Amino acid sequence: MKRLFLAFVFTIVTVLTGCEPLKVLDPKGPQAERQAHDILISIGIMSFIVIVVFTILIYVLFKYRASKQSPDYEPPHIEGNKWVEALCVGIPVIIVTYFSFVSVQSNYIVEAKPKAYEDKEPLVIYASSSNWKWHFSYPEEDIETVNYLYIPTDRPIEFKLYSYGPITSFWIPQLGGQKYAMADMVTTLHLAADEPGEMIGRNANFSGKGFAENMFNVTAVPEKDFDKWVKDVKQTAKPLTEKKFNELLKPGHLGQMTFTGTHLDFKPAPEHNHSASGKPVDCNAEELLQKNNNQK
Amino acid sequence: MEFLERFAVPNPSLAIYASMVAIGLTLIAIIAGLTYFKKWGYLWREWLTTVDHKRIGIMYLISALIMLFRGGVDAIMMRAQLAVPDNKLLDAQHYNEIFTTHGVIMLIFMAMPFIFAFMNFLVPLQIGARDVAFPRLNALSFWLFFFGAMLFNISFVVGGSPDAGWTSYFPLAGNEFSPSVGTNYYMIAIQISGLGSLMTGINMITTILKMRAPGMTLMKMPMFTWATLVTNLIIVTVFPVLTVALVMGTMDRLFGTNFFSSTNGGMDMLWANLFWVWGHPEVYILILPAFGLYSEIISTFAGRNLYGYKSMVASMVIISGLSCVVWAHHFFTMGQGALANSFFSITTMMISVPTGVKIFNWLFTMWRGKIRFTVPMLYSIGFIPLFVLGGVTGVMLAMSAADYQYHNTMFLVAHFHNTIIPGVVFAMLAGLTFYWPKMFGFMLNERIGKWTFWLLTVGFCLAFLPMYVTGLDGQARRMYTYSAAAGFSTLNMVSFVGAMIMAVGFVLIVYNVYHSVRYAPRNIGADPWDARSLEWATHTPVPEYNFAVQPHVASSQAFWDAKKNGHVLFPGKVEKIHMPNNSGVPFIMSAIFFVWGFSMIFSLWIPAIISTIAIFACMAHRSFEKDHGRYISVAEIEETETKLRGAN
Repeated sequence: MKRLFLAFVFTIVTVLTGCEPLKVLDPKGPQAERQAHDILISIGIMSFIVIVVFTILIYVLFKYRASKQSPDYEPPHIEGNKWVEALCVGIPVIIVTYFSFVSVQSNYIVEAKPKAYEDKEPLVIYASSSNWKWHFSYPEEDIETVNYLYIPTDRPIEFKLYSYGPITSFWIPQLGGQKYAMADMVTTLHLAADEPGEMIGRNANFSGKGFAENMFNVTAVPEKDFDKWVKDVKQTAKPLTEKKFNELLKPGHLGQMTFTGTHLDFKPAPEHNHSASGKPVDCNAEELLQKNNNQK
Repeated sequence: MEFLERFAVPNPSLAIYASMVAIGLTLIAIIAGLTYFKKWGYLWREWLTTVDHKRIGIMYLISALIMLFRGGVDAIMMRAQLAVPDNKLLDAQHYNEIFTTHGVIMLIFMAMPFIFAFMNFLVPLQIGARDVAFPRLNALSFWLFFFGAMLFNISFVVGGSPDAGWTSYFPLAGNEFSPSVGTNYYMIAIQISGLGSLMTGINMITTILKMRAPGMTLMKMPMFTWATLVTNLIIVTVFPVLTVALVMGTMDRLFGTNFFSSTNGGMDMLWANLFWVWGHPEVYILILPAFGLYSEIISTFAGRNLYGYKSMVASMVIISGLSCVVWAHHFFTMGQGALANSFFSITTMMISVPTGVKIFNWLFTMWRGKIRFTVPMLYSIGFIPLFVLGGVTGVMLAMSAADYQYHNTMFLVAHFHNTIIPGVVFAMLAGLTFYWPKMFGFMLNERIGKWTFWLLTVGFCLAFLPMYVTGLDGQARRMYTYSAAAGFSTLNMVSFVGAMIMAVGFVLIVYNVYHSVRYAPRNIGADPWDARSLEWATHTPVPEYNFAVQPHVASSQAFWDAKKNGHVLFPGKVEKIHMPNNSGVPFIMSAIFFVWGFSMIFSLWIPAIISTIAIFACMAHRSFEKDHGRYISVAEIEETETKLRGAN
């Protein structure tokens, strides 16, 4: 029944918006699928409310327009009715309660490792932004890319997000919703891809002049091909030095690049700042000083 | 030379030079005109020094309309830039400046003064008072707003506009990433006019609580007055947060503190939180007075009392409370985790319940009524379905997990325009048309008004509904361009066409004013709409003392009672009336604030210190001044009354 309803809403949305499916409603991973499911459910129920209000409005306007009534008709004085008002509160409360359940449930789903791949070890990728580029570090594989992302399908991926500059937002619409990358802490985003394919990812949060072009390509491939890609990179790419990385950080746009080694070795992610686990903020004076010097 | 370079626009273009010339010419024209027609004295005596709530309301109104066009031009430029992919009309820097100023101007310098215009003009009339509680403070509020707005508006010709978004998130808004003075303008100009808003909040609350006519208990106040009371309670609750956040931001930018920087123990997330602790209630500050206006208008033109008065009041109070506990829904994606998101998701959705009650109450107000389709009523009727659309997409956005997909996209942009335009802007235009005769003594042309309404409605739907779709297709907001391959081209073109249609609608408003000034009849009487509440019980134009005799009230629609049920509205005799004196100090003090703000923005410390001292000197002057106001004698009142009765 629910499936049927969702399929119905989906068809309507697709027909209304042309043939090409909208990216958010064309999910390629479990997280995006859950979000698309929430979106379609809410569109469906909300259409019902919209239709009810529109119907009452049109009915009232037609029935009680002045031109239709006798000139000496005096509208009555009506204070309000307990039952009518209870209904106007009650029905929205029921709908909101239902949405609250869905919303809370979805929160815990999208904030955790995807259920479908629970038994698999996640691939950890550090995604950091600088004006106006994305750097992707694969610590296990010990490689780093700029402005493109290679990921295996059918395996949970844990993105560790942070920024060398303004707040940015890491977003691959077809894999799942976005999350902020900030300079003083690391946020975690859980995604996974169900099928191979090419996708677009971008920074969704305004970050200055080069924001519009702050995009990256995502390629999802089967695990086997991913391993092969890693091997190829190891053989062909040059190592990433600190000097080279500092050059990359300078404001501007870059094409796609590939390196062996990651910047995490010489510029670790700000993982312990504002730690949610209650760990003390890691700020020894020396490090702070260095951070400041680097900024200058 | 280095000193002067600061004042140059960092990213000049032909359009900016053209605006410089235009601003210069307009200034010269105004000064020459005032001198030629010998109006300097009139301007000073009747307007710049006035403490009359009606005149202050009208000045707010004029400022808001001017700002509406300034912000509207920004909007047209943005839509034109996005109409086709890879457009070269604007570059990234200009686009960034334009969407930043569009947001700030529309919210803080257009919508806020628009609601203050109605509050100022209407509240004392609706409660049967002679003026607001603190007339001179009221003048100060207006002039602070005015000079704040002027300061913000000169940014694009002197030193460069802010370009970090109207939200101005740090660290982007910090010195490292926004080195030009633009963001200083943002911090200081909003601060100055924000102080004015805070004072209005205190003033209105006091006025409503202390100065109601005999018989008008709280539950017998007209709905707009209730809306104003609740709104101003929100203002005094949250504007101090903005004040503090702006001070901290200013300190970061001018004095090298580290409140919001990401190094040295600063916290960029703190700005986002403080900003939205103010920013979310701010949208309710705008929408509640709009709800109040709709209540007045719908009840008038349905010919019926407002359905569910008590639940209307209750829902506003509940909305105001909830509005202060939902701010984190503006950044569900900041990584605060599932628990915090769940809390804010639920509180946000809860707001839809009292809002829904209001919608249904308006529908039931029309039930069994006698609906007249006048221009104000058309806006109110158009508001209901469009606002419901904006409201339900709001509930969709409140679902935090799904919001990860909506956040920062055109879907969000569509949503908030879908609430603000039919919600606030339509209400302001409805109120403008409805109260125009009370303010100026003649009506706006209905035919042109209806054209305007339809153009705005059709234009709105074309401009904003496609954004829901492009948002779901991955179009992020604030992108100055996109490639043809992205697939948003057609819908963005539709948006542009819609924006142009709206522009025609807004130009028609100006034409309507011109047309009505020339041709509209002046003998319209005091009650041209057959309305219900107290503001219609006095003459048109309203005499400076509002009511010759203090009204006595027995219900929320006192004037209707007097017309239909034989209620005696003015039982007393004419007595002399105590009125406040005009004062130039609010104007002068605010002008000094302008100098202070400008000096702060450009780090000119000596003038900044001098103007700070001058501001305190103005306050000291007020403290030691002995001004007990003046009396209007019975003879004078009777003369005015006879004249006005004759005019009607």
